[in-house]
Amino acid sequence: MTSQPAFRVQNLTFGYRGAHQPVLAGLSFEIPQGAVTAILGPNGAGKSTLLHLLLGWHRPQSGQILLHGKPLSAYRRAGLSRAVGLVPQREHVPFAFRVREYLLLGRSPHLGMLAMPNEQDLALVEAALQRLGIVHLADREVASLSGGEHQLVLIARALVQGAPVVLFDEPTAHLDLGNKYRILELLQALVTEGRTVVFTTHDPQAAAPIAEHILLLRQGRLLFAGAPAEALTADRLSALYATSLQVVHLAEHTVVLPTKRPAGGVK
Amino acid sequence: MASRHPHRAKFILLGLGALGLLALSALVGRYPALPGLTPATLRHDPLAQRLVADLRLPRVLAAFLTGAVLAVSGLTMQMVFRNPLVEPGFLGVSQGAAFGAALAILYFSTSPWAIQASAAIFAMLGLALTYALARRLRYGGWILRMVLAGIAVSALFSAGVGLLKYLADPLTQLPEIVFWLLGGLWATRWDNFLVILPPTLIALALLYLSRWRLNLLSLSEEAAFSLGAAPGRERLALLTLSVVATAAVVSLAGMVGWVGLMIPHLARRLFSADARYALPASLLLGGTFTLLCDDIARTLVNGEIPLGILTSLLGAMAFVALLATTPTEGQST
Repeated sequence: MTSQPAFRVQNLTFGYRGAHQPVLAGLSFEIPQGAVTAILGPNGAGKSTLLHLLLGWHRPQSGQILLHGKPLSAYRRAGLSRAVGLVPQREHVPFAFRVREYLLLGRSPHLGMLAMPNEQDLALVEAALQRLGIVHLADREVASLSGGEHQLVLIARALVQGAPVVLFDEPTAHLDLGNKYRILELLQALVTEGRTVVFTTHDPQAAAPIAEHILLLRQGRLLFAGAPAEALTADRLSALYATSLQVVHLAEHTVVLPTKRPAGGVK
Repeated sequence: MASRHPHRAKFILLGLGALGLLALSALVGRYPALPGLTPATLRHDPLAQRLVADLRLPRVLAAFLTGAVLAVSGLTMQMVFRNPLVEPGFLGVSQGAAFGAALAILYFSTSPWAIQASAAIFAMLGLALTYALARRLRYGGWILRMVLAGIAVSALFSAGVGLLKYLADPLTQLPEIVFWLLGGLWATRWDNFLVILPPTLIALALLYLSRWRLNLLSLSEEAAFSLGAAPGRERLALLTLSVVATAAVVSLAGMVGWVGLMIPHLARRLFSADARYALPASLLLGGTFTLLCDDIARTLVNGEIPLGILTSLLGAMAFVALLATTPTEGQST
């Protein structure tokens, strides 16, 4: 971890136009460079909104966000996209793009408005297909992919984009157990290759195995920011989810369980 | 996409077909008798030369341009609005033009010039009203607001057209309005064709150059943004180009339906969803299809069949065939 954080967020407040309550209020935190950071919180906590603010897609109402020491607002449009990539949740594509064409769009931040991708851009797409082991998907239509395949393709597009910081919006939310752990391993591998990874999740079980830094977000407020050992405690998680939880350490794993068995559950 | 030009053979074929049809269309007609002129008669008959030079050439070129513009605009709008059911006139442009034409016929003059100018002005007014209304709506995202505003503005102009038809003299003005609404290029001469040429060519050229960017703008708003686009601004720019070109050709040709909806689907099916290929394919297919329809319109019967009837008839049939034989886009599993 280098001393300069990837993001430094100061007193960030944001609300959607016309809404009475801000979605995020008075957040200050740092996101370390070259590490996996998880933004953990219940549904509706403002995790995706926060991710969109880090992306520059939403602008803060007050406070500021620094990326590598420079305010997001000072970046040019394409320059910001070369610095920060996004892996959205499953994206609906209304046209029958093939995976290879879809991945090629990852080169957009590096090309002018009227430029066309060239052989080099195509080679980067092939490399990303190889890297993620999805060469067999290259000629499939994006809309025909399964949830796990789609997630891999979206990650491949971020690799093609080549940004050193990659934001993931609920990367494991709709995946089965096998795909979930495959994706988490991949996020960790991206960091070993020198990238900064930030992902949102409502599942402490997704954050626990790989996160080196955790932000706990509830109702637009930051409950805690710090190391997993301090973040994933019974007290903090119970407060985060407003339900009574216990944390069990099993071998090297952290398991979060309710303290009580649900009434009427299987005995 | 193994090589850099995966569709080269198809493009060459389509281009040659378009050129061949353009040449053939200048000869085909009811003078001196069907099927038309031979190159030999054209060389010796001064009347035939004037007919081709003054009437057929501008009309043939206008027919091709009309189809090319409607198809390219249709493709652009479908991608910008992320909706394959959008057609180029739906943002109040077609109904605005119809209202403008009817208004001119009723109150100004029935000269092609007056009708064309009034149609073009009201087509742009249709878009301006749609845009202004969309900005004031407090419902849904940008795309939904534009679509809703377009529907509302179209309905207003459509009611206006109904009112003008009701007020029109049923013996003189009403047939004129009805005939204009059915679409056709019988009034095309060099002068009114050349007027629409600069805006349409500029718009087509810019849309052609932006064709790869169009792919990016067809992604979700956040994805397009994260990949370096300014989706709102760029979509509006491409939309404006499409609408300006559409307004220009509609002012000349009237309501030529289905080209802008059906041809982009055909182009995506035959080539690729990737606008690098689908856009030039739409241009060639739209031009060729509309020219073919116009050839039929002016030769099949002694008078003239309105072009809009033919493009709608053949276009809708082709559309049904297309949807019946291949899986629907985006739902191929």
